Amino acid sequence: MSLLRQFWEGGPRRDPNTIAYVVLLVGAIFFPLLAQVATGGNSSFIVTVAADAGVYVLLAIGLNVVVGFAGLLDLGYAAFFAIGAYTYAFLASDHGRVTPLGEPIHMPFWIVLLIAMFVAASFGVLLGAPTLRLRGDYLAIVTLGFGEIVPRIFKNAATWTSGVNGISALDIPALPVWLQGPWSGDPLQVVTDFKILSSLAYYVIMVILLIISVILVRNLHRSRLGRAWMAVREDEVAAAAMGVNTTAIKLLAFSIGAAFSGFAGTFYAAKLSLVSPENFGFSVSITILVMVVLGGMGNIPGVILGSLAIYGVIFILLPQLPEYATGFVNQIGLSGLTQSSGDYPGIAEFISRLKFLVFGLILVVVMLWRPQGLLPSRQREQELKKGIAHEETVIEDVTAEVG
Amino acid sequence: MITPTPGGRGAQGQGPQDAERTQSAPDRPILRIDHVTKRFGGLVAVDDVTFDVKRGEIFALIGPNGAGKTTLFNGITGIFPPTNGHVVFQDLEITGAKPHQVATLGIARTFQNIRLFEYMSALDNVRLGQHCRMHAKLWDSLFKTPAERAEERRVTDRAIELLNFVGIASYTHTYARNLPYGSQRRLEIARALATNPALLLLDEPAAGFTPQEKVELMGLVRKIVENGVTVFLIEHDMKVVMGVSRRIVVLDHGEKIAEGTPEQVRNDQRVIEAYLGKQH
Repeated sequence: MSLLRQFWEGGPRRDPNTIAYVVLLVGAIFFPLLAQVATGGNSSFIVTVAADAGVYVLLAIGLNVVVGFAGLLDLGYAAFFAIGAYTYAFLASDHGRVTPLGEPIHMPFWIVLLIAMFVAASFGVLLGAPTLRLRGDYLAIVTLGFGEIVPRIFKNAATWTSGVNGISALDIPALPVWLQGPWSGDPLQVVTDFKILSSLAYYVIMVILLIISVILVRNLHRSRLGRAWMAVREDEVAAAAMGVNTTAIKLLAFSIGAAFSGFAGTFYAAKLSLVSPENFGFSVSITILVMVVLGGMGNIPGVILGSLAIYGVIFILLPQLPEYATGFVNQIGLSGLTQSSGDYPGIAEFISRLKFLVFGLILVVVMLWRPQGLLPSRQREQELKKGIAHEETVIEDVTAEVG
Repeated sequence: MITPTPGGRGAQGQGPQDAERTQSAPDRPILRIDHVTKRFGGLVAVDDVTFDVKRGEIFALIGPNGAGKTTLFNGITGIFPPTNGHVVFQDLEITGAKPHQVATLGIARTFQNIRLFEYMSALDNVRLGQHCRMHAKLWDSLFKTPAERAEERRVTDRAIELLNFVGIASYTHTYARNLPYGSQRRLEIARALATNPALLLLDEPAAGFTPQEKVELMGLVRKIVENGVTVFLIEHDMKVVMGVSRRIVVLDHGEKIAEGTPEQVRNDQRVIEAYLGKQH
């Protein structure tokens, strides 16, 4: 509410963030409706994709606490994602029967959500406590190692995790109460123990979780903890001399990030009803990091925007690229290109092989065009600007001396 | 973990204007440097130095470049703990304590080469200084509880008060790095005062100042002491040192070569030799 009030009373100098929040919120609310209209009543696929994108938004918001706020480079963020997902798989499926435990465990989704956050945060503390004394690059390497080890453990501890096959048929999350109505094609009524099956229900829950997450993280950012993170990021020695327990404050950022990842992992596992060690590789960690950096490190709406953009490119644009290319060459009358001949595999396959080149090019172009990110925090923007301005003054000084 | 001494600070909202602590035990030294040595490999940067800083005084540490002055400051504040010897603050051994513990106990410092949080506003710099005096826990911050909001308001008011105290209130919302040089030094002092210290260490506070700014700085230092904070400063500028400090210790090549009032130090043969070289 206060956000809305800020927006209306903002006057001529409105904070771009306020506008971004309002746009994102309105967009999130009207998206299912728009999708319904655009696809002619067949929107469930698009809404599912949007809910999946929400998982990445959640991950990016969490990683932003670590990388954007506290300035700690975490290259193994997907490890906590895996821990969250496997926590759900263990605690809410029949899988327990085939492990040495011999008993299936079926805990409610919402309880596991909290447990997974706690487990992931604990692993964050476990990893962070000995390593957060290290600075920048060293920490990045340690987290990189952790990110490689965790999926490998899930892969190789086959008695417990079924190895490469992963764990499937996870419980469908249920809500204790839910309001049904015409929007889901049912009469208006309150139902109890509502199984979350429809894509719209997932979407709505995802949006609600995201709104809560954004509010909490924003509160953190504007508190003494947020200030301390900023200070540690800028000058650790000065922060310590001002009474900030730098190790504790970094550990806190690290474990909050891990908790978010665990939280997202649970949601992801529940929605997919399947976990497999293949889903949590290094590329996932990097993708999330790219989302944070490209969106605008340290700025929550920027990070949300970045994650939506990258998700759109990786999971929607790139897979459809061969189709577009085929359509395009057919349209311009070069349909011969679609046939394979010799080493040439046909346009669809050719473009499909170039997919990641295209992705790389998009990243390079965006970072050259907006090095500060799509929607940067004011500080980041200043840092980059000042960096350039500073160089210029130095150059001027030199010429002045020569002249 | 080190626990604060009885009668120590802790409650927030008291500050330099809290004069009560100067009156308690005026003769007890606030800081005792007891045979402190700091070695970096084979180099002895500080060599068996001993002196006391008395409560409520302005105490200066001088010496030629490379004499070990800043190293001693770093030893006191826990940035590079001393190799040997003891640092005792208000009857509490703090040798080897971590920097944030030292700050929480009531020793604040500034840095020779200004170390502000450049991309934080002046206000945020000073609010950060109050970090260790704040009580909001993770829960309070996450949910913006009424207690947290009230604390933030108090901290903001106090920060503005301190910016006024050092005379840079006009820069409240400016990024620290965009402040003029002199104001940056003042902001560092305000940030240090925000930790609510009993002892303030100033590392060359007048470096790069114009004569006019130096006079203003001396006024500020006196004002800080009047408010009950003991000031211990490193300074190169003899006018400033002789003008404000009551007692002086002189370091040369890591060793203490003189201690006394400005007059005594000024006329000390070894001090003259250290600064000007031996007469042949």
